[in-house]
Amino acid sequence: MRAGFVTKEVLNGLRRNITLTIAVVITVAISLSLLGVGLLANSQVRVMKDYWYDKIEVSIFLCGQLSDSPTCSGGPVTVEQRAQIESDLKTLPIVANVYYESQAEAFARFKERFKGTALVDNVTADQLPESYRVKLKDPKQFAIVQSAFSGRPGIDSVQDQRTILDKFFKLLGVLRDGALAIGLISVVTAALLISNTLRIAAFNRRRETGVMRLVGASNFSIQLPFLLEGLISAIIGWGIATGILAALKSLVDARVAPLLTFTNFFGWADVWNASLLLLLTGLVVSAFASFLTLRKYLKV
Amino acid sequence: MIRCENVAKTYSKQDRPALDSVTLEVAKGEFVFLVGQSGSGKSTFLRLIIREEKVTSGRMFVAGKDLSTLSQWKVPEFRRGIGTVFQDYRLLPNKTVSENVAFAMQIVGAAPKEIAREVPEVLELVGLDDYGHRMPAELSGGEQQRVAIARAFINKPQILIADEPTGNLDPTMSVGIMKLLDRINRTGTTVLMATHDDKIVDQMRKRVIELENGIVVRDQVRGIYGYSG
Repeated sequence: MRAGFVTKEVLNGLRRNITLTIAVVITVAISLSLLGVGLLANSQVRVMKDYWYDKIEVSIFLCGQLSDSPTCSGGPVTVEQRAQIESDLKTLPIVANVYYESQAEAFARFKERFKGTALVDNVTADQLPESYRVKLKDPKQFAIVQSAFSGRPGIDSVQDQRTILDKFFKLLGVLRDGALAIGLISVVTAALLISNTLRIAAFNRRRETGVMRLVGASNFSIQLPFLLEGLISAIIGWGIATGILAALKSLVDARVAPLLTFTNFFGWADVWNASLLLLLTGLVVSAFASFLTLRKYLKV
Repeated sequence: MIRCENVAKTYSKQDRPALDSVTLEVAKGEFVFLVGQSGSGKSTFLRLIIREEKVTSGRMFVAGKDLSTLSQWKVPEFRRGIGTVFQDYRLLPNKTVSENVAFAMQIVGAAPKEIAREVPEVLELVGLDDYGHRMPAELSGGEQQRVAIARAFINKPQILIADEPTGNLDPTMSVGIMKLLDRINRTGTTVLMATHDDKIVDQMRKRVIELENGIVVRDQVRGIYGYSG
């Protein structure tokens, strides 16, 4: 068959089934959008992890006046202990950098955080512990730091900020998985709708296909217009879905990002990557649904 | 052109064969009537010839192809060598007469130029020169059947299969259709026509094959519809 003839047949088919075509386009658009939101949620979790893990530190609190852990039984940390800890930290290869926070700095930070509350008036600088803020090259290697330093005389405790973040990311992970699951389920819905639509289209056009068979049209050329109709609907739906994702990105940039300054947001590259994945999903799902349906309902 | 050797066809879920031990040969350029009561196996025979059904046993050769060994994907190509006409015309209602005829050429990938040349020619052959732009619904039954014949003939098939082509037509229209089929036959096309119309068969005096309960009970060179009585 000639391309011109096939194009004409496909356009005719889409027009004749216009309500079904619209239904397929909308379903594909919505399901791909939902899947896209799931993919963007995934990107967002990744961006947030990068952002936060880059900022988190391991805090090594040194013994102060009020410390009551067994390692602090010898009283506040001595100058020698502190010097030893610092040099040990600096020789650890996994440590990116070490920052020493003195009692005065800790107090300044404390005052800043609890500004305007009665706490500030009741706490003095020498009640707060001095600490080392350790930044690791890979935040996951906290265990090495912990085994090397916790329990040493002069060290009150070793804290990993990641444990706090991990709970938060666990929650985000559940939300992301939920979004992806909803997206996938709706893609399955779209596949079923495409399949059903083609079944109806095949039934509506059983006259044409019957005539095509009689005059010796090949299986492929009988199925091609149906297949193309499914693919074109999927592509239009994908276009809409990409538009929705782009709109979401613009909205996040314009409205959400200025309010939530504690994190970065997914970039346009994430939107295009998601869009590409959606296109592939749309094409594969549509082609697969069409192929299975047509094989069953358009026999030579 | 058509050769059957002991052909039998039994549809699944039926014990009685629709066709049984049919052995016959139709030469190139012959005109053959296939007669018999409803359920005698005429339609089954025609369906076997266009390979809509497969034989259960025996061998069948049509247009040089052994249908018992013809692979499924070669069936479309095989069907292009056979034109088919049915009682219910089977035209596409949303296409014009020209488009309906052109459809058969477009399906096999003919060039638009070729289609533009051939379609008016074949419409002229069936006597519908000025009907190209009409819709099938605007035509009489006889005219619609002419369009169907034009479509069946446009790819110059070696064999034309007609299943009760005059079944829905009045006698005058039927005569016109028969004249047309005769003309097509004279171009060298083998015509195989199943019919109930005794007047037509008696008039034409062509070869008659009669089926009864799936068995060939009569094969006459210049036959009539039935023995008197």
